[in-house]
Amino acid sequence: MSSLLAAASFDVPTIEYGQLSPMLIIFGVAVLSLLVEAFAPRGSRRPIQLVLVFAGLAAAFAAVVMIRGTQHIAAMGSVAVDGPALFMQGAILVLAFIAALVMAERQVDPLGDAFAPRASALPGSTDEIAFTRLGWLQTEVWPLFLFSVGGMLLFPASADLLTMFVALEVVSLPLYIMAGLARRRRLLSQEAALKYFVLGAFSSAFFLYGTALFYGYAGSVDLSAISDALTANAGSMWLVITATGLVSVGLLFKIGAVPFHQWTPDVYQGSPTPVTGFMAACTKIAAFGALLRIMYVALGGIRWDWRPMMYVIAALTMIVGTLFALTQTDMKRMLAYSSIAQAGFMLVGVIATNQAGLSGTMVYLVAYGIATIGAFAIVTLVRDSTGEASHLSQWAGLGRKAPIVASAFALFLLAFAGIPLTSGFTGKFAVFTAGIAGGATPVVIIGLVASAVAAFFYVRVIVLMFFNEPTSDDGVSVVVPSGFTTLAITISVALTLVIGLVPQLILDLANQAGLFIR
Amino acid sequence: MGEVYLPILVLGILGAAFAVFSVAAPSIIGPRRYNRARLDAYECGIDPTPQPIGGGRFPIKYYLTAMLFIVFDIEIVFLYPFAVAFDQLRLFGLIEMAVFIVTVLAVYAYVWRRGGLEWD
Amino acid sequence: MSPFSGALAPAAGEISANVAHGTFTQMWLLIALPLAGAAILLLLGRRTNTWGHWVGVLMSAGSFAIAVSIFLAMRQESGGNRAFTQHLFQWISVGSFQVPFDLRIDQLSMVFVLLITGVGTLIHIYSVGYMSHDHERRRFFGYLNLFVAAMLLLVLADNYLLLYVGWEGVGLASYLLIGFWFYKETAAVAAKKAFVVNRVGDVGLSIAVMLMFVTFGSVTFEGVLGSAPKASQTSLTLIGLALLLAACGKSAQFPLQSWLLDAMEGPTPVSALIHAATMVTAGVYLIARSNAIFNAAPTAQTAVIVIGAITLIMGAIIGCAKDDIKKALAGSTMSQIGYMVLAAGLGPIGYVFAIFHLLTHGFFKATMFLGAGSVMHGMNDQVNMRRFGALRTVMVLTTITFFAGYLAILGIPPFAGFYSKDKIIESAFAHSTLVGLVTLVGAAITAFYMTRLVAMTFLGRARWPDDAHPHESPAMMMVPVSILAVLSAVSGFLLIHDNWIVNWLEPVVGFEEPVLGFNVNILQYGTLALVLVSAALGYVLYARRPVPEVAPVGSFLTQAARADLYGDEVNEAVFMRPGQYLTRLLVWFDNRVVDGAVNGTAALIGGLSGRARRTQNGFARSYALTMLGGAALVIAALVLVRL
Repeated sequence: MSSLLAAASFDVPTIEYGQLSPMLIIFGVAVLSLLVEAFAPRGSRRPIQLVLVFAGLAAAFAAVVMIRGTQHIAAMGSVAVDGPALFMQGAILVLAFIAALVMAERQVDPLGDAFAPRASALPGSTDEIAFTRLGWLQTEVWPLFLFSVGGMLLFPASADLLTMFVALEVVSLPLYIMAGLARRRRLLSQEAALKYFVLGAFSSAFFLYGTALFYGYAGSVDLSAISDALTANAGSMWLVITATGLVSVGLLFKIGAVPFHQWTPDVYQGSPTPVTGFMAACTKIAAFGALLRIMYVALGGIRWDWRPMMYVIAALTMIVGTLFALTQTDMKRMLAYSSIAQAGFMLVGVIATNQAGLSGTMVYLVAYGIATIGAFAIVTLVRDSTGEASHLSQWAGLGRKAPIVASAFALFLLAFAGIPLTSGFTGKFAVFTAGIAGGATPVVIIGLVASAVAAFFYVRVIVLMFFNEPTSDDGVSVVVPSGFTTLAITISVALTLVIGLVPQLILDLANQAGLFIR
Repeated sequence: MGEVYLPILVLGILGAAFAVFSVAAPSIIGPRRYNRARLDAYECGIDPTPQPIGGGRFPIKYYLTAMLFIVFDIEIVFLYPFAVAFDQLRLFGLIEMAVFIVTVLAVYAYVWRRGGLEWD
Repeated sequence: MSPFSGALAPAAGEISANVAHGTFTQMWLLIALPLAGAAILLLLGRRTNTWGHWVGVLMSAGSFAIAVSIFLAMRQESGGNRAFTQHLFQWISVGSFQVPFDLRIDQLSMVFVLLITGVGTLIHIYSVGYMSHDHERRRFFGYLNLFVAAMLLLVLADNYLLLYVGWEGVGLASYLLIGFWFYKETAAVAAKKAFVVNRVGDVGLSIAVMLMFVTFGSVTFEGVLGSAPKASQTSLTLIGLALLLAACGKSAQFPLQSWLLDAMEGPTPVSALIHAATMVTAGVYLIARSNAIFNAAPTAQTAVIVIGAITLIMGAIIGCAKDDIKKALAGSTMSQIGYMVLAAGLGPIGYVFAIFHLLTHGFFKATMFLGAGSVMHGMNDQVNMRRFGALRTVMVLTTITFFAGYLAILGIPPFAGFYSKDKIIESAFAHSTLVGLVTLVGAAITAFYMTRLVAMTFLGRARWPDDAHPHESPAMMMVPVSILAVLSAVSGFLLIHDNWIVNWLEPVVGFEEPVLGFNVNILQYGTLALVLVSAALGYVLYARRPVPEVAPVGSFLTQAARADLYGDEVNEAVFMRPGQYLTRLLVWFDNRVVDGAVNGTAALIGGLSGRARRTQNGFARSYALTMLGGAALVIAALVLVRL
């Protein structure tokens, strides 16, 4: 028995704590935040949580800056700490910071904040009414938020499929709960949470099944080992192809690509709006990071096999997202379909499979993320007596009521539309030129046409805000927020302008990030 | 190549056969006496929870207990191999296990403070 | 040296340029002044209501003054040395992708800058009078300044990406100005239409820019045009066609012409400045600027000629049937730009004359549009020519100035159009007899519809509505019109005198003398005779005979022309109908399948509804089914590729 153990002796694993520090900081803070929920008295929880969250995000960002330039596969081959991973981690942390500012807002809703006083109460029940009347405010969204951010940091840095799966779940599980926390329209919110959970679990199963098949093929779940096996052409090609399809489905679900997009409008609409902004911006970066890593590192060798499939998905995503957005009458649903269309544009960068495609997609993700959080932050401000006034008709004449807020929203919409001199143009141009250089010209042309059509519904909203008379006495007003949301919108506006006018800064950063480490 | 998978195949067949047998056998050989108690859902011998029209709520305590069990069960799964290879892992193992246990303890503390361990 | 080198040397223009010095370093101010004006007027808002319009005029005039000083300085330089660039800052620089924010002024941009700022300033002044009763006048001037700035950026850009920014900018300004009276349903619809059609053209330009980057690794004029001869024929043809698509959208060429007629819903000064003199000619600028690409891509050139020829005939026919004075002029604009596009398609024998005609057209068409504005001003904004007639008796100055424009467009010597249009007809005949005949027919129809227009408006008997009291417009409006009228009369001769315009533009766009197989004089006299006969016919039909106040049914052709030659119907059948059906299908799909959540909202507000919850569960199930189907398709697609 003892000889058997001796024979099974192994190398002591090593963990590069320094290189993993951004994730360790966030997860550490998340655990602390959980303990605050458990032990701190109710009244003091909010200040402690806010300090923890913002300090934690700032410290993690500082850690990312400190370890910039690292090119190493850490934690025994599980976590790739390389340029693109660090770029995306930095971007997620900055965007999470802005999103957290919007979540921390407590002034726009007269009943408190955006979150339910007790999410487990039956919607419309006497319990719920009682809790609302008591003025209960919960802070449990913060540990959930931090765990999700931690998962997002790990997701694009995962160097093997199992780590990636764990990261996927760590990202998703808190989001499922956060989607159900909305204070207003509880039923819609709970429905969103349940739908997101059921469908998310379904897509995770696809991912896991694909992972298993990859293991069957390559004998490993390491991305580089899969790539090596493909080079050596070992085993059945059908296995790889099926595995590729299944893993792609899992990730395409997360980025909201057609035909795995149907959850997006429902969930975006039902979730508390600050959470929607966070989800739309940060999840997209993390999931695209993971998709790019798999497609570039593990499956780069068989790109001729998966590119036609991606062509179709990208084209469908752009077309369906754009066409459905045209018919929407609800602002949050319109933004949801717009985010689907944007995902299609970003997929062009994935298809390009070249350095420019990688950096272009990353720039696009950042530009889109900032504008998205800003846009959803503004959606929280336009309210009537029942909560957010998200029907498009209620936005008519907003330019008269609140010119500054409407102008900021117009800026974000122009950025979505990719009008030159805004951040969106920088991103679109980067992705589309990479696409043409990568030989995906037909998809790029579809993308250009789709973005031309998309510009129409973005500009339609601008026209609605500035050129239409407000419906008289609809009770819609723009609430003056506290410093939190004001700061979030200001940062978003400033970054959108900077990326549009001086794209150099972000393009350089993305370019220096280089390629994925193998 | 194929014989490697043979045990899996056999296991699968056995599993399927057992499932089919368990469902089929009672209906073939068992007595057919139906009454109210027999048609009720099986819930550990206690009276089934009343279900209001339109779907009611199920006490979450059952799930909570089950989940807590899994948390500590998993802890054992990790602790056992650690104990076996304790000396090879040296300081690294000690640190990692400490981190692991502290994390589980934090969750435990949360459950405890939030009343998750109180039955009523 | 090959003995043939002289004969075979490409006649394309030079693209190299000097770094700006002295007066030329002020070129950024050309754009900055009107941009500052727009910012002041639009950001400060109502506070500037009382004096804002003068800021607009001042900024435009200041820009014109700088343009003149640069022009004078440029004349001091030698012919091949007149192009200057100014580096403002590095816009984008990533690896091989370099886009500097550079401006470039050369002989080609110079004439555009003078046209834009000169005519622009006159129209600004005119608008002070024309818009005096509009309480939103300040906003109007803000948009007008924005337009001038964007248009100057378009012609001063030193790379295609920056040009694209200006291109989008003028599109935005045009959209805002067409929809200026957005409370009018027709204006709002027209603005939307212009926006959508223009976006189609913009897609062409963005495709062209991306193809350029992929082909040449650069988007600067020097990088693209300098190495154009080395690129493959296919790439050049594709780039050329994409540029042509862009030009069609912006310059209202077939098949993207339909928005221009509707754009007349905007205030008349806008029609004069944007939809006659400047913005709609941006397509011609684009083709002339990209001459190196088109010279090396004969297929694309042929396409340019065909598009120009179709539009020139089409616009002229539409002009014959319109009773709305502005729409008749808009048809004429389409037709005249068709001339320019056709000339630009002829290659080095045509570029110079395309620009020449562009300038004279800018003057005489602006004169006529502003004249039409003056008529409308006096007739309570009536636009139906069947309710005009005999206005010469009450609006003398308007009549005189309008006639200057009229004679110019007909090409009666010595008015401007005579020189510029004849040159295009000559070049067209030098290219091929067929193309030449098209331009000749176009000239004849032009004479007819323009005579019809002036006859119905100024001659014949008065058919005024009872409440109309036509009167001459104030000096604020008539002074700019008079200046433009003088330019319509003399600019042609001044520009072609001593071959000035040819010598001036040749270094940039290249030039080859058109060679005719017969005597030029025969062509000139023949054209003139045809034009006179055609005009006489128009005079007999519309001035000597009474004009019915309600339009007669008319022949098949008249009806077709009144309906814009069914341009809208064709667009509708090809693009809109399927689009509408698709939208309807989507709405249905959205309501039935996706929008359950929204339908659930009603139930939610009323309280709990078991039914709503049941349906919602169903939806998640159907989503999952779609996902499963999608996954199957993804794998099937992968397998298919493998097979």
